[in-house]
This record gives sequence, C-alpha cells and structure tokens, in this order.
Amino acid sequence: MSASKTIKTLSRLLCAALLLGPAIANADYELNLMPGVTEISQMQYDLHMLVLWLVTVVGILVFGVMIYSIIKHRKSKGAQAAQFHESTTVEVIWTIIPFAILVAIAVPATKGLLEMEDTSKYDMSIKVTGIQWKWEYDYIDEDGVKFISQLDEASENARKLGSGVDVTTVENYLLDVDNPIVVPSNKRVRLLITAADVIHAWWVPDLGVKRDAIPGFINESWFYAEKEGTYRGQCAELCGKDHGFMPIVVKVVSQADYDAWVANQKAAASASAAEDTKTFGMDELMARGKGVYDKSCAACHGPTGAGVPGVFPAMAGSKITTGDIAAHIDIVVNGKPGTAMAAYRSQLSKADLAAVITYERNAFGNKTGDVVQPTDIK
Amino acid sequence: MSDHHHPTGIKRWLFTTNHKDIGTLYLWFSFIMLLIGGSMAMVIRAELFEPGMQVVEPNFFNMMTTMHGLIMVFGAIMPAFVGFANWLVPMMVGAPDMALPRMNNWSFWILPFAGTMLLMPMFMGGDFLQGQGPAFGWTFYEPLSGQYNKLGFFIFAVHLLGFSSIMGSINIIATILNMRAPGMTLMKMPLFVWTWLITAFLLIAVMPVLAGAVTMMLTDKYFGTSFFDAAGGGDPVLFQHVFWFFGHPEVYIMILPAFGIVSQIIPTFARKPLFGYASMVYATAAIAFLSFIVWAHHMFTVGMPVAGELYFMYATVMIAVPTAVKVFNWAATMWKGSMTFETPMLWAIAFVFLFTIGGFTGLMLGVAPADFQYHDTYFVVAHFHYVLVTGALFALIGGVYYWLPKWTGNMYSEKLGKLHFWLSTISVNVLFFPQHFIGLEGMPRRIPDYNPMFADWNMISSIGGFVFGASQLIFLYTVIKCIRGGEKATDQVWEGAEGLEWTIPSPAPYHTFETAPEVK
Repeated sequence: MSASKTIKTLSRLLCAALLLGPAIANADYELNLMPGVTEISQMQYDLHMLVLWLVTVVGILVFGVMIYSIIKHRKSKGAQAAQFHESTTVEVIWTIIPFAILVAIAVPATKGLLEMEDTSKYDMSIKVTGIQWKWEYDYIDEDGVKFISQLDEASENARKLGSGVDVTTVENYLLDVDNPIVVPSNKRVRLLITAADVIHAWWVPDLGVKRDAIPGFINESWFYAEKEGTYRGQCAELCGKDHGFMPIVVKVVSQADYDAWVANQKAAASASAAEDTKTFGMDELMARGKGVYDKSCAACHGPTGAGVPGVFPAMAGSKITTGDIAAHIDIVVNGKPGTAMAAYRSQLSKADLAAVITYERNAFGNKTGDVVQPTDIK
Repeated sequence: MSDHHHPTGIKRWLFTTNHKDIGTLYLWFSFIMLLIGGSMAMVIRAELFEPGMQVVEPNFFNMMTTMHGLIMVFGAIMPAFVGFANWLVPMMVGAPDMALPRMNNWSFWILPFAGTMLLMPMFMGGDFLQGQGPAFGWTFYEPLSGQYNKLGFFIFAVHLLGFSSIMGSINIIATILNMRAPGMTLMKMPLFVWTWLITAFLLIAVMPVLAGAVTMMLTDKYFGTSFFDAAGGGDPVLFQHVFWFFGHPEVYIMILPAFGIVSQIIPTFARKPLFGYASMVYATAAIAFLSFIVWAHHMFTVGMPVAGELYFMYATVMIAVPTAVKVFNWAATMWKGSMTFETPMLWAIAFVFLFTIGGFTGLMLGVAPADFQYHDTYFVVAHFHYVLVTGALFALIGGVYYWLPKWTGNMYSEKLGKLHFWLSTISVNVLFFPQHFIGLEGMPRRIPDYNPMFADWNMISSIGGFVFGASQLIFLYTVIKCIRGGEKATDQVWEGAEGLEWTIPSPAPYHTFETAPEVK
C-alpha cells in the first residue's frame, strides 16, 4: 500500500524533526507500528495511522493556539488581560467537533473489529496452551502432533544474570524457540487459546493476533498468512518470574513443506510412544533426566536443586525427593494446585517423567538409589 | 484569636486534629513514598539500560515493577492529593477546619502502617535479591497473585489503604457540603474544591469494590473458595472485571484533583478568569460518570463477546469529549491573557501540553482493533506515565510551588524552581516519549530483558529516567530551603490570585476562619 508507505515516511520525518533529530541517523531507531503480513494486521495499522494523524492535526491546532498566546499574550510584552469568559456558542462548537471526529473513527473501527472477531470460518485448528513459561501446541486435526515450545538454548544460557555472554551476538535473542509452530500459507488457521496455570497472552504482531490465554477458558482467534516466512512474538501478559522468556515463533510454509513436517512429527510421536513400555538402566535414566530437568525444572528449582528460598522449594534433601516415591511421582505428574508447580502429565512423555524423577532422587546429593521406570507412571 | 493550647514535639503530630498539620503529614508521607517508588523505577531503568540481564534477577525485577506501581498509586499520588485537600479545602470554602477532625487524624495515621505492611514482605525470610515481595504487577491479576505465598500482607495493606481513603473522602464531602461560608454557593466554589468533591464520591463508590476484590482473593487463598479459580467453578476474568470497575475510576481519582489545581493556577498567571467555569464543572462530572462505564477497555484481549467490545470502545472514546472541553478551556483562558511564567505556571502549562499527549494516546488505545496491537506493550506504559507523571505529578508539583508561600510564609527560590522545572520537563520526555516507539516496535511491558532491536530507545529512556529521578532532589532542597526562610510572602502572594485562601495572612495561621467570612 503506497499511501501508507508515504504516511510512514512522513511520520518518521515528523517525529525525527520534532523530537530527536540527531539520534535518528541510526537506522535501528524504529518508530512506528509495522503493518504486518495479514489483512487484520494491515487493518490495525491503518486504524492506528488514521487516529494518529487525527490527533496530530488536533494537537497542532490546540498547541498552536497555546504557543501563540504564550508568545504574544504575555505581560512582559504589555499584554492587557481581556476579561471575556463563558460563551455558549464556542462551547457547543468545541463539544460537537470532537464528537464528529469520534464518529469518523468509530465507523472503520467497528468494521475492523467485526471482521477480526469473526471466527466462524477456518481451515485448520491449533490448540494453544500457555504454561509457566512455555507454550504447548496441539494440532487437533492431526493425531499426535502436539509439542512444547520454549526459549531456545542459546538465549536461555545467555539471559542468565552474569552469564558473560554478549547477547547482541545471540541470533534472535529471546525471540527463538526450540520447536516453532508450523502452518501452511493461504489457510485460515483458527487458534483455540487457553492456559494451564495463570493467564498468558499469545501475541504475534505481524499476524495481528493477541489473545489472552486463560485457565479454564478457551479463547478463539485466527490468522490467514499469504506470505511464507518466520514470524516472532512474545507472551504479552505478566505470568510470573520468566514472563519475559516465553517467545512464540510461527513458520508459515508451503502446503507441501507443511505436509512433510506433519509426517515427521507423527513419526516422532510414535517413536516416543514406544518408549512408554521400555525398561531403562539407571545411567540411561540419569543422563536423560538431567536433560529434562535442565529444560523443564531448573527455571524454578535451580540448576543445582537449591530452589529459591521463600519462593520455590529446593530439590536437594527435600522431603519429596528423598521420601515416598509415589508422592514424588504424584506431584510431578499432577502438579500442586494453587502454586506454580505445574502438572507435567501432558508436557512430558512417560519416559521423560521416569527419567527426571529418577534424576531428582539421585542427584544434588540425594542418594536414594531409587529407579523409576516409564511403567511406574500411571 | 485566642492562644490555643496544643501539644508540641512528636505529640503535636501524633494527636493533631488540625487540617493544616494533617495536610503537612500527608504531603511529607507522599513525598517519601515518591522517593521510594522512584528508587524502584531507577532499578527498573538500570536493568533495561542494555539488553541482557545485568543488575537483578527476573523475579526481583517483577517485584520492582509491582511495588513501584503500588507505591506510586496508593502511597504517592493519592495521599498527596488528600494532603492538598486537607490544607486547602477549609481555607477555600471559609471553614475553620475539616468537618471531622478526629477521623482526619486517623485516616492519615493508618497510612504509614499500611505502607509498612505493603513493603514488609520484601524483607521477610528468604533471599531479598530473589524478589520475595509481591511480583504480580500492580493490577495483581488472579490466578498469578494467588500463587504468591505471602499474599495476606498485601491484602491487609490494601484494606487499610481503602479505609484511609474512604474516611478521607467522607471528611472532604462533609466539609464541602456543610461548612461553606455564608454566600459560598456550590457554583461559586473554586474548581479545586469541585474536582475534589467529585473525586471523593468516586472514592467512596469504588474503594469498597477494591476491598471486595481483595477479600475474594483472601478467601480463595486461605479459606478454600473459588471465586477466581476455574478449577473450582470460578472465573479468572471476573477478577479483572471487578478490579477494573475499581481501577478505571481510580485513574480519574488521580487526575480530577490535578485538573482542579491547574484550573486554579492558569487563571492566576493569565490574570483572566477561567473561560468556562460552569462547563468545567459539568465536564468534570461527565468524566466521573463515564469512568464507571468504560472499565473493560483494559481487557479487550480477554475474549469478550464482540458486542461488549463495541460498547466499551464507543463509551471509551466518548471520554475524549469532556476531556477536550477541559483542554480547550485552559487554552481559551490563556488566550488574550496577560501572562507571566512563575514556576507554578510553568508546571501548569507543561501539564496541559503533556497531559494532552497522554489523552491522545488514550484515544488511540480506546480504538479496539488497534488496541490489540498496543495492549500490554510499552505504548501503554508511555500512555499512563504521560497522564500520571506529566499529568497528576506535574499538577501536584505545580500546586506545591503555587501554595508553598501561603503554607510557609516564605517565597521559594524562583531560580531553583525553574531549574527543577526545565530539568524535569526535558528529562521526563526523554524518559517516556521513546517508550511509545518501543511499544509500537513490539516490546511487551513488564519484561526484564529484551531483544537488541529494542536497545537504542531503551537506553535513551533510561538516561532520561536517571536525570528525571535526580531532578526531584532539587525539589526536596528547594522546599526545605523555603520552609527555613526566604523572602517574606505577602498575603495575596500572586498578583492575579483570587479566592479566600489569599485573604488570610502568609503563613496561614494555625486556625483560620474561626469567624466565617462573607462571600459576595
């Protein structure tokens, strides 16, 4: 849209001239909303620009009058105070004008909102579940395509206090995940959004979607992306300690690539199901358990199992990790309601659950010697 | 005037029933809270100075944003306005004191305890640096807040703050309605008195709603109820509806008295009566009414029915009409005036410009489809800091400079006042204007770390923040210097000042209007 491009250029120049002339030389100083890649995000952008221009014009007029009086009507220039006040005509006029402007805004806004909230048509559906601090995606039309998506390892390591990593060298720092969500282009994708613990919000600016993920509720939203590409977003609702570290990555690909990806996912799922009845050795479980722990548990309970005193319980020497095995399995599998401890039943495979519980019972100085097998997880 | 016996030293302040003493207590309390809340903002801006985590742990950062918001709203801005009301309402309506002086004492003295209880969990047990105080945002949304294991402190602190506000409001309403001097009809009252009368009704209406919200949190957390817990048949979104039914009027509670202060200052230094006194009163009442029926515009993304979203969008943008009337009125009051630019006037003019910018972004946020992009980003942070810092706080500071000579009997240093003004006004824009850009670019609020693409404006914003924070120490110095001495103020103080408070000596005697003045 060339008109909006001109507007964008103009508004940048205006902002630059008005505010921070010298700073603008660096191209990184982004100023405005992006039009995004869907009709909805374009509509949001157009409304944004419409209102921005209207208030800019009103602002120039009102501030102009004030600046003029500040310069001209000052005592030091010998200005005598007029004593006029109260004028019904003037007051009626300046009540009606803002009202008319509001009507002009309300018409396109109503049209846009109705279009945006129409979730009646869709080609495919993905259930999105916000979990402290990751996303679970369940392709409900494709059996077995269900996975957890969380901050990628490079960002995860770099973002620690005192990590010593220069984060500007990390590609897509804090905006990359281990398992991105993949969708075909030119399809109307319906999102069914909910949460497992607290309220999160699924937001990808380029797709024009932001919707709260609320435990116990299923919210609907949708997008239709024509352009293939990778679109990034973040959780937008404060959801606890690592709210800033649960990004969203959406890959829009061709139908053929999408089909191949789905086939791959299904193969991986059946491989993982086969493990549910397998018996593992202690060393195998410990090695696998450490990987699962570092990824899923360490955020709260700490990489050394020390927890955070007063906030998150320690693993080292705790009653649960050194006590009754059944109770330990129960808290990991079913979580602890009313706390940040999530139910991992749906997040981890039985093999992963068995591995991480075995690990917790035998690491951090816990020497129970217990081995938990996938078949122990009910 | 008879020589009245009253205790001295600490007892004077503990047992005082004098509206001027209590006003002073409120103002000092809120200034201390401003410094505490401001220090927390400095921690936030230090962590956000550069991408990467350098200063604090994520939970500590969340605790800072949470406590900063709570302290500024409930500890700094609201009590400061009550302080102004205590000092000025009796003097402006020609009353000897507040209508209920003993309750007045109590409504102040609850505050230090409530503030302490709010801050206490930060230092209790566990590791301070891991952030064990409230870290769920100043809006304390359920179910996140329900995960917090010292929630009781927070809930009782909010209850106490609510008691204090309700008692203060009852007192203000009783004083205004019953204790006006003969001839002081409602439509002759100074605009500051009018805005506070309306604000007091808002407070009485919504503080019990807040109390209801935190009481439901309390029983959910400790007594097994499920008001907000979906697993027990409750509704987490109900919390947001209840909270914002309180929260939206709350933001007007913090701005209406600011409108009042600015409406006193501008006519004085323009030497011209307020352009439309009656329409200003009606506009204030209209804004107050609308504030009750727009709450869900804070919740466009929760998944309301589309009809609800349309209604809340229409009702919200309507607020622009009475707000525009106010801004036009201030501009028309300056028009063809004979203006001088003493420090209070500078703050008032900056208020009109910068509050209007906050109003503009408020209108943008009210347009629902676009709000889906702005919601919970730095654009919102920029918006509400324009209305609360360059709005409410600027009006408060302007008001302090305006009435300080009346309170202390001494003129403050114009030189220092202007230095404070220019440093603050420039730095506050360097601080908050770039946050519009960061938000539009896509940075969510309440995150301790960010992608380097947001780095440039964040650094500029932080620099503005440090300068703005430091500038407030000039304010402290200027006020203390003025209390200690200076050029003696006249009774009238300002050439263009009108109103009963300017007819009494400077400093205002301990007891004023023991015999009611005649208002013609």
